[in-house]
Amino acid sequence: MIDVARKERNYVDADYSVWSWFLTTDHKRVAILYLISITVFFMLGGAAAVLFRLELMTPQPDFVIPETYNKLFTLHGILMVFFYLIPSIPAVLGNFLLPLMIGAKDVAFPKLNLASWYVYMVGGVLTVAAIVFGGVDTGWTFYTPYSSTYGNSAVLLAGLGVFVVGFSSILTGINFLATIHTMRAPGLTWFRLPLFVWAHYATSLIIILGTPVVSITVLLVAVERLFGVGIFDPTLGGDPLLFQHLFWFYSHPAVYIMILPSMGVISEIIACFARKKVFGYHFIAFSSLAIALLGFLVWGHHMYVSGQSMYAGFVFSFLTMLVGVPSAIKVFNWTATLYKGQVSWTTPMMYALGFIGLFTIGGLTGLFLATLGIDVHVHDTYFVVAHFHYIMVGGASMGYLGGLHFWWPKMTGKMYPETWGRFSAIVVFVGFNLTFFPQFLLGYMGMPRRYHMYPEEFQVLNVMSTAGASIMGVGYLLPLGYLLWSLWYGKNATSNPWDARGLEWTIESPPTPHNFHEKPVVTTEVYDYDPEQPLPPPSERVVSPAESETETVQ
Amino acid sequence: MLGEFRLWPRAASTVAEKVDTLYLFEVAVTVFFTILICALVIGMGVIYRKGSRAARANPPTSKWLEAIWATVPLVLVMVMFAWGAAVFYEIKTVPDGAMKIDVVGKQWMWKLQHANGKREINELHVPVGRPVVLRMISDDVIHDFYVPAFRVKQDVVPGRYSQLWFEATEPGTYHLFCAEYCGTEHAQMIGKVVVMEERAFAEWLSGTSSDDPPAVAGEKLFERMRCGTCHKQGPGGRGPSLVGIAGKPVPLKGGGSVLADANYIRESIVRPQARIVAGYQPLMPAYPQLTTEELNQLVAYIESLGAPGDGDAGRSDTGPSTPVEDATPPDENEAPSTEGENE
Ligand code: HEC
Ligand SMILES: [Cu+2]
Ligand SMILES: [Cu+2]
Repeated sequence: MIDVARKERNYVDADYSVWSWFLTTDHKRVAILYLISITVFFMLGGAAAVLFRLELMTPQPDFVIPETYNKLFTLHGILMVFFYLIPSIPAVLGNFLLPLMIGAKDVAFPKLNLASWYVYMVGGVLTVAAIVFGGVDTGWTFYTPYSSTYGNSAVLLAGLGVFVVGFSSILTGINFLATIHTMRAPGLTWFRLPLFVWAHYATSLIIILGTPVVSITVLLVAVERLFGVGIFDPTLGGDPLLFQHLFWFYSHPAVYIMILPSMGVISEIIACFARKKVFGYHFIAFSSLAIALLGFLVWGHHMYVSGQSMYAGFVFSFLTMLVGVPSAIKVFNWTATLYKGQVSWTTPMMYALGFIGLFTIGGLTGLFLATLGIDVHVHDTYFVVAHFHYIMVGGASMGYLGGLHFWWPKMTGKMYPETWGRFSAIVVFVGFNLTFFPQFLLGYMGMPRRYHMYPEEFQVLNVMSTAGASIMGVGYLLPLGYLLWSLWYGKNATSNPWDARGLEWTIESPPTPHNFHEKPVVTTEVYDYDPEQPLPPPSERVVSPAESETETVQ
Repeated sequence: MLGEFRLWPRAASTVAEKVDTLYLFEVAVTVFFTILICALVIGMGVIYRKGSRAARANPPTSKWLEAIWATVPLVLVMVMFAWGAAVFYEIKTVPDGAMKIDVVGKQWMWKLQHANGKREINELHVPVGRPVVLRMISDDVIHDFYVPAFRVKQDVVPGRYSQLWFEATEPGTYHLFCAEYCGTEHAQMIGKVVVMEERAFAEWLSGTSSDDPPAVAGEKLFERMRCGTCHKQGPGGRGPSLVGIAGKPVPLKGGGSVLADANYIRESIVRPQARIVAGYQPLMPAYPQLTTEELNQLVAYIESLGAPGDGDAGRSDTGPSTPVEDATPPDENEAPSTEGENE
């Protein structure tokens, strides 16, 4: 088998032509296409954040004019939510790993998979063009009637972009569901699936059930704008709150689209670097599904002060509180996994442990917002901004970065530099907290969000936040630098540098186009780690020079 | 001063302290669990670090442990829910006899009118110790009336009234913010709420004002628009009598009924065809030319029309004028202090 492996080229070297990338149906190459484009959108969204954080250093509007400020936070929100957070883990790590983890040679519909990337790019280009050239300033929430009647017509184009990108999510979701159902290797029962797969299964369900709603909503806005049919505009007999209901019916579950895959990543990393099966495996698997379904019943917690009835508020508050419980249990389960484990503080593990801390704060502050009496005060203030960044950046993004490091050797065949990795994880963690913690205080003091200028008493905390943002910016640029560096100068990784369990680690790094040389048969339980058996030392993670020579011989 | 650096907002309403207490409870829960989790993660990460000598035999199984840490969070979140709902109920329930003020939000200013007709822009004067209820509507997009020191906010939506009440407890000047993003100058849609001692407020309110009270202006408008050609004081008109309808159920054509609250009355004028009163023809023309404020006045007038037979409608004694006129002329003439609490 090893001989066969040496003869076959890996998926990157298989063909170097440009079209072999743009017309590829290999899930691994599609993942790489996504990786590159998502990074570009992330940097654009990040640059917008840097600019408006600079504006917020002083109470006066001095760095950019209000119009620009509003476009900047709109650009930031739309890009980060729809083009980075939602697709990041599923489209990059999920695409790359899902087939590998279940022993398949590709996803169920490889061509749809490629199509989803094109759809994503079309949506992205439309949206960025609309915002940058047309000047969309509605915020990522597109509330009516501001967006439908008052905003300029570029809103429609941006909406179209979001509409289009929704289809790329749907294609990915359908693909994952079909793949997980039909292409698991013999012996790979549902309860032998890695939690990463469970998380993607739940996520795909949400995508398929929720995304059409936001698409319809965008269509309705277009119908109202183009044909003057009164749907959301009260002067035409429409109801502006209807938009909020529809929007949050999708956008609250979308929060779980962003966080569940990250939870899947965290489970993999913690199991590997604690050398133990994840504590409460069944619970974590089912709670992903429970969260996915319950998540559809809580949208009204965004509307306590919108004019929704008080009794609706009671119901939504109650249901939201319930969703908090499985999330809490997950945190306890991950923590308990460390007990009597064999913990290695590698870069992915540092991201994962950072995730636990930040997600704890993010989740608990979510309870403040679910609490009716408190939300009336902090709704639409920086408290909310801080809370969802703890979930989205502290949670989803930390998981993405942790996963990227964890599977980097598998994806590229190269080891990243460990010291730099740990250093940047710490920088991100410190910068993140300095940026967003002060915003909780600002929020409780009453600073509303989306203000380009503010009363003087808020300045000290805003300066801290901006300082933190610049540290965090460095923390994000570092991995960009050393991960790229490792592609050329990194050491060659072995097929299983972490001595991890899971089918993806049984094949070469990077894998060949067809992944498995023969259909794998699974006979062991999931996360079959032995706590007595520690992680191999760094020297064993890379191919020694002598070996690597024979290995590169074609 | 308003511009002073602080880490805790001023508390100046009857609900503020209740919100703060609940908030501190949740802060305590958050701090406890954050420290617990961080200590466990770091502690175990160190004790069970790779190669350490700690014993690793017989790790615990999950069943009973999971049951514990499912129950504790469940109990805690139920406490948060119930407590939060109780505070919310209070925030939402307007006490009887609250002083009424009309608020119109528009890009990018707040227009306020007291029941005696006195108008303000981006500034609201209220007395200390008396419940105040704002009836709010937007002229354009959604805004949100937010006074952090009172711990209350409410969206101000076009096409429908929303209400917000508070009772200030400390004289002073407080921020008024628009909390719902409403376009370019959203951050400038700010103002202040000036809480005054009762007597100073009475003096302030009785100061020069050329405006009619909303209900009176509404009555004039009602005459000018010739609404009375169809709506007579008694029965027999082409339209139903509007006397005494406010706050009562109105039977609708095709069955059912609707409570004639401000929203219904407003809708009946803006879009008469939306809901037809039982026993009448859909004859009433729409009045698109009426401004948001004129509609407010008409609604105030119709609401002021007492029960059938009350006679002199429109000059009812709703609104705050009674206690204000009763107040003795101010001798101390307290100017509102700009310092809420003396910290
Ligand atoms: C051409 C006659 C006509 C004129 C003029 C007219 N209305 Fe009406 N109005 C009606 C009729 C008929 C109804 C009952 C049918 C309906 O609900 O539309 C009605 C209903 C109403 C109602 C609802 C009453 C209820 O019992 O539910 C209100 C409020 C009202 N009108 C206010 C006004 C105001 C204010 C004006 C002037 C700006 C006005 N109307 C002018 C004919 C008229
Ligand atoms: Cu939500
Ligand atoms: Cu605003």
